[in-house]
Amino acid sequence: MDNKIAAVTMRNITKRFGPTLANDKVWLNIYRGEILALLGENGSGKTTLMNMLSGIYFPDEGEIAIDGKPVVIRSPKDAFAFGIGMIHQHFKLVDVLTATENIILGLEGKLDLKAAAKKIREICDTYGFEVDPDQKIYDMSVSQKQTVEIVKVLYRGADILILDEPTAVLTPQETDKLFAVLRNMRDAGKAIVIITHKMHEVESLSDRVAVLRHGQFIGDMPTKSTNAQEMTNMMVGHPVVLNIDRPEPLDPMPRIEVKNLTVRDVEGTVKLDDVSFTANSGEILGIAGISGSGQKELLEAIAGLQPVEKGSIEYIHDDGRREQLLGKDPFAIQEMGVALSFVPEDRLGMGLVGNMDLGNNMMLRSYRKGKSPFTNRKAPYKLAHQMVDFLEISTPSVETPVRRLSGGNVQKVLVGREIANAPSVLLTAYAVRGLDINSSYLIYDTINSQKMRGVAVLYVGEDLDVLLELCDRILVLCGGKVSGIVPGRGAKKRDVGMMMTKLGGKDDE
Amino acid sequence: MNKTNKTPLFHVAKRGALPWYKAWAIRGAALLLALVLCGVITSLVTGEDPIAVYGAIWKGSFGTPRKIWVLLQNIAMLLCVSLAVTPAFRMRCWNLGAEGQALIGGLACAACMITLPGKLPNWAIIVCMIVASLLAGAVWAGIPAFFKARYNTNETLFTLMMNYVATQLVAFFCVVWESPKGSGTIGIINQKTEIGWLPQFPSQKYLLNVLIVAVLCVLVYIYLNYSKHGYEIAVVGESERTARYVGIKVEKVIVRTMLLSGAICGLAGLLLVGSTNHTLTPTIVDGRGFTAVMVSWLAKFNPIWMILTSFLLVFLGRGAGEIATKFGLNRSFGDILTGIILFCIIGSEFFINYEIKFTRGAGKEG
Repeated sequence: MDNKIAAVTMRNITKRFGPTLANDKVWLNIYRGEILALLGENGSGKTTLMNMLSGIYFPDEGEIAIDGKPVVIRSPKDAFAFGIGMIHQHFKLVDVLTATENIILGLEGKLDLKAAAKKIREICDTYGFEVDPDQKIYDMSVSQKQTVEIVKVLYRGADILILDEPTAVLTPQETDKLFAVLRNMRDAGKAIVIITHKMHEVESLSDRVAVLRHGQFIGDMPTKSTNAQEMTNMMVGHPVVLNIDRPEPLDPMPRIEVKNLTVRDVEGTVKLDDVSFTANSGEILGIAGISGSGQKELLEAIAGLQPVEKGSIEYIHDDGRREQLLGKDPFAIQEMGVALSFVPEDRLGMGLVGNMDLGNNMMLRSYRKGKSPFTNRKAPYKLAHQMVDFLEISTPSVETPVRRLSGGNVQKVLVGREIANAPSVLLTAYAVRGLDINSSYLIYDTINSQKMRGVAVLYVGEDLDVLLELCDRILVLCGGKVSGIVPGRGAKKRDVGMMMTKLGGKDDE
Repeated sequence: MNKTNKTPLFHVAKRGALPWYKAWAIRGAALLLALVLCGVITSLVTGEDPIAVYGAIWKGSFGTPRKIWVLLQNIAMLLCVSLAVTPAFRMRCWNLGAEGQALIGGLACAACMITLPGKLPNWAIIVCMIVASLLAGAVWAGIPAFFKARYNTNETLFTLMMNYVATQLVAFFCVVWESPKGSGTIGIINQKTEIGWLPQFPSQKYLLNVLIVAVLCVLVYIYLNYSKHGYEIAVVGESERTARYVGIKVEKVIVRTMLLSGAICGLAGLLLVGSTNHTLTPTIVDGRGFTAVMVSWLAKFNPIWMILTSFLLVFLGRGAGEIATKFGLNRSFGDILTGIILFCIIGSEFFINYEIKFTRGAGKEG
């Protein structure tokens, strides 16, 4: 591989954001006909490095060469001219336009939608994409939108593709499809870089891995000659145990009883259809399902944020008293003496206030305490300090706005605040989405310790392997209905996968 | 595909947190640059000596004790309206109706002064004036707030339009209450009896207003930064979904904050009519409802900094008036200078948030 000329060579790249060193003298080679997995913990500088390649940032030091020739990339337009295209985590598409219109948006020359649609179909046929060029973006699923983004980049002639955590939003089936397409593109001689946290994806897809840690380049090697454990150790910098604990539940008692819950969204679409189950104390109830199967509505209904058409959600106190949670807002539920904590999917949009600092975010749950019209500011800042120490949150100070923290640290702030409430019920949605291995395991440990405290945990997850390792029972949702509830111990991944796509998961074939 | 680019001469990078003294050094440099620019333009365009022009601007505000008091009064009134809009702004609710809310407060105050004498003792009339002004301002802001909370209407357009309704109402009542008949204006209300005139410190006509607004400034600062209400306002402003998530009733906070905003505007109207002018005209608020938007933004919604920004705007405005009379220049020339100064100050924020990095070996073929 060394005798090939690298498609991209990055030499000695350094990038600072104020006092933080995001990339520190990084060297990286990207080759054609190869899929490179770029690994690193949250905040290790992977995305920053790739953003410099795609013209979003400009490096403070260092140089970039394409096919051996030094180049200067000043803007995404320059990057396209060099054949570099990046697919970002957050899609940049116009909802009311069609796929074709989005793809040619901003291109110069005559506007010929028919010719463009034809070229798009050709690209799709070559690599095996499934896109309807005339479909509007708002009618598309997340995975279809991602496909449009990839086609957009190819349409502009990119042969060096960068994908930033492309599978974070995909179901297992959609992921398989994406990987097949990526392999086709590699075989067609394109250079592909994929940023991901999921080890099994790295192992199944990539040809070579490169590891960054704290902005520094640690090393690269062929995927075949390494394994998940070694890569993780390189990323973290010290050996890590890759096992999730599952202690036996202690004295489980019914805590939340949901009966015949039906929820419609604003447009009148049924999101939850006659859902019934019981969540026990001291137990983790996993909730599996393809994204959009009603997980969000279920948690928000319990938390008092989602209007419900019919059904009941009862909280069962330790002394056996039952109280209805439906029709109460989060404040009313708190007033009832029910310590219900909720880690929502949208961390900065719902769980936290991005522009406020750690202390002020801790205050969200506690500011009402006391009769004084003034807020107690000391206690939340003290709590913030404790959380920083306890959960190893890396932040310049507790006065730093949380939006400046990396994804994993934002999640730690949120989880920390919610468990500081000493909850009896803990609702979590995609608690480890976008988190690196180290942070993920810290979150699993934290959830487990809550379980051992006797908390009823509802864990909505997308990674089936984790659900099967962590949860005591797994409730599978399919299109808003309960497809089944299986014990976590001994459940088969294939069976749960079947239940996710088909009610009851029965195999008719 | 193999085209080459020149290395850019410089690129822009976001700064980390800047120490406060550096940030203020940048702002100071911006002000200095603005003064030099103004000087150059003054000499070029008018041929006047820029130093003399600056001197006139200074004298416009500080020339005589009377001018100083007028300056203080103008700052107080502008600050009062700015303090009114700030709670709403912190909530990201763009109350552009301060002009109308203050005007309607002034109308309520004038109504008490004109219709109540003879029916109530003087102190009771003053109490009525206070209550009526605050209430009128609150109602004027409360109407758009209700519709925003209930039907999610656009508060910017709604409050803006309420201004015109208020202006027309005042114009109507100016004719109803005209004195003398046929003049179409109200004239000084109760000039002989001084009924309903707010008490004055001897020989210091404006001191009461200045004191009231100073106290108000501190109160608003404490309310926004240390009270539970203030915290709720900040959370609703940053993210309504987060507010709902912790059980804050967003609609209630919107209406409550707008009522407060309107009530403080009403207070401004009360001070203008009951304490300073003792009359009512449709232009009595003098555009302060809109200037206040700038005051509040420039100070980043911090009531204490707003003292400085309102001073700056009033100072520049009065200076513009002074050079217009003294040098026989058009008043617009003063506004040009104000524009240059504001441009530099607002522009300096860019250099506080971003830095320009020059590339080594710039200009070489890459």
